[in-house]
Amino acid sequence: MTAPASTTEIASPPRATPLRRFMRAFASSKLAMGGLVVFSAIVLAAVFAPWISPQNPYDLMQLDILDGRLPPGSVSGTGMTYWLGTDDQGRDMLSAILYGLRISLAVGICSALLAAAVGTTLGLFAAYAGGRIETGLMRLVDLQLSFPTILIALMILAFLGKGIANVVLALVIVEWATYARTARASALIESRKEYIEAARAMGARPMRILFRHLLPNCLPPLMVIATVQIARAIALEATLSFLGLGVPVTEPSLGMLIANGYQYMLSGKFWISFYPGLALLATVVAINLIGDHLRDVLNPRRQDG
Amino acid sequence: MTGWFLQRLLQAVFVMLAMTLIVFIGISVIGDPVEVLISPDADQTERLRAIAAFGLDRPLWAQYLSFLNGALHGDLGRSFVYNEPALKVILQRMPATLELAFCAMILSTLIGIPLGLYAGLKPNAPMSRVIMTGSILGFSLPGFWVGLLLIMVFAVQLGWLPSGGRGETRELFGIGWSFLTLDGLQHLVLPALNLALFKISLVMRLVRAETREVIPQDFIRTARAKGLPERSVIFRHLLKNIMIPVVTIIGLEFGSVIAFSVVTETIFAWPGMGKLIIDSIHVLDRPMIVAYLMIIVLMFVVINLLVDCLYTALDPRVRLGK
Repeated sequence: MTAPASTTEIASPPRATPLRRFMRAFASSKLAMGGLVVFSAIVLAAVFAPWISPQNPYDLMQLDILDGRLPPGSVSGTGMTYWLGTDDQGRDMLSAILYGLRISLAVGICSALLAAAVGTTLGLFAAYAGGRIETGLMRLVDLQLSFPTILIALMILAFLGKGIANVVLALVIVEWATYARTARASALIESRKEYIEAARAMGARPMRILFRHLLPNCLPPLMVIATVQIARAIALEATLSFLGLGVPVTEPSLGMLIANGYQYMLSGKFWISFYPGLALLATVVAINLIGDHLRDVLNPRRQDG
Repeated sequence: MTGWFLQRLLQAVFVMLAMTLIVFIGISVIGDPVEVLISPDADQTERLRAIAAFGLDRPLWAQYLSFLNGALHGDLGRSFVYNEPALKVILQRMPATLELAFCAMILSTLIGIPLGLYAGLKPNAPMSRVIMTGSILGFSLPGFWVGLLLIMVFAVQLGWLPSGGRGETRELFGIGWSFLTLDGLQHLVLPALNLALFKISLVMRLVRAETREVIPQDFIRTARAKGLPERSVIFRHLLKNIMIPVVTIIGLEFGSVIAFSVVTETIFAWPGMGKLIIDSIHVLDRPMIVAYLMIIVLMFVVINLLVDCLYTALDPRVRLGK
């Protein structure tokens, strides 16, 4: 990361495997590394939430309604400090945020990966199949991308009702088009190259060409999109949950926590909404910083050596 | 040109048809209309009578055709909640949304273009760095949370601006508008700013990128070489050239501003159609949902068509059909 370390690395290159080269290029941006550190911390905090959070926010036995809406730093009757205050039911906000992160991250990452699988497969298939199928699929992609994501998600959830599975489904439907467009574009470029011709000449079957030869070479731009889409999915889920169309009350994500605090905002009890929002912001910004730099690193036009 | 326009128009009609089909399938096949339309304590004979009355016992294609027929005649059903034609209720709320969206677009151009121009002309100035970092934040900040912060700071802590509602309105062309009264304007500031935030970042980045692309070109160098004052180089030569993509994006984004106003209206209790649709979804007011979706799709199709035409009119190079 630091300048001297990287110069020594360049002076005695161990073996410049693509992965190592990629990692060195990625580490060149302090901002992106910062994003990676913050994001890793957030993921760890979410995964280990049951062990590190001060209380289980959904165990009603541990909640004391008399501790409701305490400002940050208050001490409870049992001597526990509410560092980020409590909500209307006397729930420790720090614990609620850690548990909320689990749901937000799970929904965001699952939907981005599922959309990546669906979109990439369809995009590659379109590029390979050509003809009517390709035109039809790409028309659909164009049509969908001309509508804002929130509107499509709203429409789907209006039909399906709320629930975690429905939110994930809505996010996948919203996001697949971006992957399909990118996968098709890079597959079209790649499929004109010699190695694909060689594979074809050697008699490889279409499926093998698609997934063993084309897919790995189309991955870089797809990785960039996947990163950014995770952030977008998390933000969109939060928005939908804030509107009351996303996750159910029993599984509150960050957006739901913010919605819960909304009514107390006007009486100056800002912390119930503020801190979950801050956690959401930190997550989204960290992922965006990583994605922004990934785009620079993985862009073949900017790779010089 | 006429051929091109007709082709576009045909495409738009086709998209509209496809959307009616999707909305119809969504409401009638995925969701169960019987469940929504008929009270749960109705007995079997009552249920059957209601099903027949709503025409739900007919084959799906017949149901779709009558739905389409109704839509063409402006009949998208009666709202259960307001007991009025859904279309009428939505059209009543539309001016409020349009007013908010227009104000947001005006704000985003008034703030976005100068900032983007500055960042593009002086890419290395410290102020430009601040602007660019700010724009990343503008993209990342969850819009609804920013709305809450705005309320917290300006309405609750400072008490400068009201936290919600439309304020006093004044009639113009038979419709009440907020921007004509001082009180209404005060109510308009926060939601418009909230809605504009994302677009400000977008316009800013676009203007900066375009500026950086145009500045090194020959005609700018020529303009400078012949001794034109910098002001006229920027306003006459630079701005004129970057306005085409900017106008396109602003036009295209207008639809997304209206879509996102769903969130802003909910936060600021702005009585527009965005808040209406959220309320309708919560109480399962099915005709209302259908009417809103049809109107918004129509809006998008029209906006896309208009932008396409405008684009062609502005830039002779993109006259597609030659």
